[in-house]
Amino acid sequence: MNFTHSEDRQMLADTFGRHLDQQYTIDVRHRISGSPEGWSRERWLGMADLGIIGALFDERSGGYGGSGFDLAVVFEQLGRSLVVEPFLGSLMAGQALAKAGCRSDLLAQLIAGETALAFASEEPQSRYDLASLTTQAQPAQAQHDHGTWTLSGRKSVIPQLEAASHAVVSARLGKDSAGLFLVELGKPGAVVSGYKMVDGGRGGDLTLDRASATLLTDNALPLLEEITAAGIVALSWEAVGVMDVLKKSTLDYLRTRKQFGIPIGKFQALQHRIVNVAIEIEQARSAAINAAAALAGPRAARERAVSAAKYTVGRAGTIAAEESIQMHGGIGMSWELPLSHYAKRALMIGHQLGDEDHHLSRFISLAVTG
Amino acid sequence: MDLTFTPAEEAFRAEVRAFLEQNLPSMLAEKIRTAQRLSKSDHEQWHAILNQRGWLAVHWPVEHGGTGWSIEQSYIFEDELSRAHAPGVVAFGPSMLGPVLIKYGSEAQKRYWLPRILDGSDWWCQGYSEPGAGSDLASLKTSAVRDGDHYIVNGQKTWTTLGQHANMIFCLVRTSSEGRKQEGISFLLIDMKTPGIEVRPIILLDGEHEVNEIFFTNVKVPVENLVGTENKGWTYAKYLLTYERTGIAGVSRSIAALKELRRIAQAQLRNGKPLTEDPLFAARMARVDIDLRNMVTTNLRVLLASGDGAAPLEMGAMLKIRGTEIRQEITRLARIALGPQAQPFCTPEGITAQYLNYRKLSIFGGSNEVQREIISKSLLEM
Repeated sequence: MNFTHSEDRQMLADTFGRHLDQQYTIDVRHRISGSPEGWSRERWLGMADLGIIGALFDERSGGYGGSGFDLAVVFEQLGRSLVVEPFLGSLMAGQALAKAGCRSDLLAQLIAGETALAFASEEPQSRYDLASLTTQAQPAQAQHDHGTWTLSGRKSVIPQLEAASHAVVSARLGKDSAGLFLVELGKPGAVVSGYKMVDGGRGGDLTLDRASATLLTDNALPLLEEITAAGIVALSWEAVGVMDVLKKSTLDYLRTRKQFGIPIGKFQALQHRIVNVAIEIEQARSAAINAAAALAGPRAARERAVSAAKYTVGRAGTIAAEESIQMHGGIGMSWELPLSHYAKRALMIGHQLGDEDHHLSRFISLAVTG
Repeated sequence: MDLTFTPAEEAFRAEVRAFLEQNLPSMLAEKIRTAQRLSKSDHEQWHAILNQRGWLAVHWPVEHGGTGWSIEQSYIFEDELSRAHAPGVVAFGPSMLGPVLIKYGSEAQKRYWLPRILDGSDWWCQGYSEPGAGSDLASLKTSAVRDGDHYIVNGQKTWTTLGQHANMIFCLVRTSSEGRKQEGISFLLIDMKTPGIEVRPIILLDGEHEVNEIFFTNVKVPVENLVGTENKGWTYAKYLLTYERTGIAGVSRSIAALKELRRIAQAQLRNGKPLTEDPLFAARMARVDIDLRNMVTTNLRVLLASGDGAAPLEMGAMLKIRGTEIRQEITRLARIALGPQAQPFCTPEGITAQYLNYRKLSIFGGSNEVQREIISKSLLEM
C-alpha cells in the first residue's frame, strides 16, 4: 500500500503545474474565459504538445495513460489553475470512442490537440439520471450495425460544446434500450446554442432534428456508467485542486489581514472555521483517491466509490467555497479577487455529473443491490 | 498509488484471523459486540491471551517484546480485532507508559517495569488531569518536593480511567514553579498502595464507575521512580500523546460499529418496513458510511506518510477530530434507531449507555477544540 504517485505521474504533474503557473496565470485565464470563444485553441494545442491529452487515454487508444491516477494528476492541475479548455468533454467522449473501438482517427486528432470533443448525456428532464432519455434514434438506412442513424431531441448544459467538432450523444433506441452515437456538429439538424457559464468558459445546448449520427454501441448504459465514472474521478480531482487553492488563499488572508489591530487569523472563531475546511478537504482527497483506485475495478465497488467521491466533493466544495468567501469578508465577494472564481468553480463542480443528493441516494441504492 | 495489500499481508491477515477464531473467548466477543462493560478479570484474561502470542505490545521494539510489524500489519491486526469484536488492549501500560519508558526510561526501569506490563503484574493508570487542569494540562498543580531519596507528593488527580483496578499510576507532577509552566513538570511512577493515596469513584452519566479521583497526601515516592530528567516531564507527556497513532481515528472499531448499527436498524420497523429502508435514516447511515470510507484512507495516508516515527501532531489531530465525530455519530444513530426503546435504563445491548459514555471521545486525549488549536497553529504558522 502506498499513497505517492509513480515517478512518471509526479513528473507529469510537476511539468504541467509549472507550465500552467507560467503560461496560464489568472489574468490569462480570465482573458480566455471571457473571450467570445470561451477557450483558447492555441493553449489547447500547447497542452496537447506537453502530452496532457495523451495522458487521459491508454496505449491501445494512442495515449499513454488513461488510468484513474492519470486522470487525477491532470485534473488536479486543471483545478489549481482554473483551466477552461474542453478537457472533461474530450475525456468522456474520447473514452467512449476508445471503449467502443470506433474512430481511432478522431481520437488521434484529439490527442494531438487538433480537435476537441463534447459529451452529451444530460437532458432538460433527466437531472443526472443517465437512463432518462427522450432523445430518440431512428435508423436512416436499413443496415443498423454500421449504418447511419438520425437523432432528434435536446441535450442540455454541455461544457464547451461550441469548442467541439463532434459530440458523443446518448439516445433511446427503440423502446427499451439506449445507444451512444457520434454526431458531427455544425451539420444540418445539429444546432448548437451556447452561453457563458457561471464559473467561466462557455457551455451549450444541442438541439437535434433528424441529425445524422454514427452508432457507437447499442447497449449504452453500462458504457455510459463507466464513462461517467471516469468523468467523476476527473471532476473529483479537479475539485481537490480548486479546494487546495481556496484553503491556501484563505490562510494567506487570515495571516495578513488586520482588524482590531491584529491579524484576523488570531481570532479563534476563524481558526476553527479554517480547520474544519482543512479536514473536509483531506476527506475529499481521500474520497478522490478511493474513486481513482476503484475506476478499473469491478462495477459495484467502482460505482460505490465514485458516488461516495462525488457526494463528498460536492459537500466539501460547497463548504470550502462558502467558508472561504465568509472568512475573506467583503473582498471575498469581489470579481477582482481570484478567490471568488475558485469558489464558483468549486460550487459548479457540484452541479456536474450528479450533485451531493443524487450521489448519496445512488450510494444507498447501490449498497442495497450490490 | 496502490491501495491493495500484498499477498504476504493478506497471509498475515489470515494468521491473525485464525488466531482469533481459536483464542478469542466467545463470552468476551459477545460482551464487546453488545457494548457491555468488561470486568477487570475480563481485561486480564484477554491481555494474557495476547501476551502469550507476543501480540500485547505490538508497537514496542522486538528486543522489549514487541512485534516489529509494519504499519500495514498493525493496521490489519487492529482491523481483525475489531471485526472479531475482540476487546481492545487497555492502553495505559502497553501503549502509553511502555513507549515512554523505552525512549526515556533508565535501563533499570526498562528491565523492571516493561516485563511487568506484559505479564500483567502491574495494572497502570494515568495521572494527568486535575480539577483545575483539563485541556490546559500544563497548569497542573500536584506537587512533588524532593526530600532526600524521596519525593513527597501532594495534590489531586481526576478522571482516572479504571484507576480502581490499578496498582500503579504514572503521574505528571510539578517539581518547579520557575519559568514557563511546561518547564516545571516531572514524570513519576507511583505505587498505589503507598500510604496517603485515596481513590474515590466518580459515577458517570451512564451510571457506571469508569473513572476516579485520586488524592495524594504526603505520599513518599522513591527518586528512582522519576522517569528521565526532573522538570522534563512535559516532553515525555507529549511524546506519549503522539506515539501511537494507529488507533487514534478508531476506524476499525467504527467499521464494526457501523455493521452493528445496520443490524440494529434492520430489526427496527418504521411504517412496517426495516428502518434501513427508511429514506431519512438510510441517508443518515450513508453519510456516516461515506465519511468513514474516506477516513479509512485518510488514516492510512497519515500513518504511511509518518513512516516509523510519530505522525505530525496536526495530522494526528485531524484523525482524532474526525474519527471521534464518526464514532459518536454511529452511536447516536444506534440510539435513534431504537426509538422509544432507547429510554429504559437497561436498553438492549447497552446502546444508550454507550452513546452517553462515548461523549467522552471528543473530550479526552485533548478535547477536539484543543486539537483544532493544534491544527490551526500548524496551518497558520502564527
